[in-house]
Amino acid sequence: MGMIWSFIHKLGSPKWFYGISARLMPWFWVAAVALILVGSAWGLAFAPADYQQGNSFRIIYVHVPAAFLAQSIFVSMAVAGLVYMVWKIKVADMAAAMMAPLGAAMTFVSLFSGAVWGVPTWGTWWMWDARLTSMLILLFLYLGVIALRGAFTSRDSASRAASVLAMVGVINIPIIKYSVDWWYTLHQPATFTITGRAAMPMEMWAPLLIMVLGFYSFFIALTLMRTRSEILRRESNKRWVRDLAGETR
Amino acid sequence: MAFDSFNEFIAMGGHAPYVWSAWGVTGALLVAVVLHARAERRLLLRNLQRRVRRENRQGANQGEMAGVSHQMGGDRHDT
Repeated sequence: MGMIWSFIHKLGSPKWFYGISARLMPWFWVAAVALILVGSAWGLAFAPADYQQGNSFRIIYVHVPAAFLAQSIFVSMAVAGLVYMVWKIKVADMAAAMMAPLGAAMTFVSLFSGAVWGVPTWGTWWMWDARLTSMLILLFLYLGVIALRGAFTSRDSASRAASVLAMVGVINIPIIKYSVDWWYTLHQPATFTITGRAAMPMEMWAPLLIMVLGFYSFFIALTLMRTRSEILRRESNKRWVRDLAGETR
Repeated sequence: MAFDSFNEFIAMGGHAPYVWSAWGVTGALLVAVVLHARAERRLLLRNLQRRVRRENRQGANQGEMAGVSHQMGGDRHDT
């Protein structure tokens, strides 16, 4: 227990985080770029066309990774909010603030790519069904969290309000996940399941898996980078941050 | 390769507008997000350097007082 606590406290120290993130970040950037490039080439040019959907099926390689990130980022934000509220760990709040815009962008990407995909596949770009509507709600939740942070003059109030909204809004995530099972919907059920076999042949799901891993690496790299920036912003009165001004570009 | 020629690849079997707009928007957003993060980091570092330089100059003029005031001041420095 002692070791775990000292690790949590170290992690919560902006100075320690700034140092360790500098060492971790390059690996995640390299992984993100490599995986996304390989996955894109494979998914766009080498994976076989779907026998029913033809080449419009290739939209899956951006749609599914974006939708995964959109949901995972919201869960991460809620967990970070909880950590901030319970243990007052500032770095958790900084990370939560920095990941919200990417979450909103990924929600938009999954809605947009889904709409574009719907035209040749379903004959409509939008339907008010459970999956699509709950994703639209997710977009509004992200925008709400971002707006709430801007709405307070006190940083602490802003952080607490955003944390609470993230923790309450996370209820929407299981609704998104199970929407395809609970309600009648045009949207197809999950492509990947932990149990059971993949619904696609290997040449189709391998590039999808690579893209998903690439998007997750991208999220981690970007969040580390932006949290470091946020530390510069919020901790600029600290001696060690001021010492950085001399040495870093 | 799922395509016989580059032109076929671009045409996406008639689905070009759908495939390329979805991929294009995704790629553009990912690139934009990275460029924004880089600009953000550079701006913050530049501001920090400028502030430290200014305060060092003030510190040289006013002795110890500048050091005391910047440590007491401010909980929100967003700009």
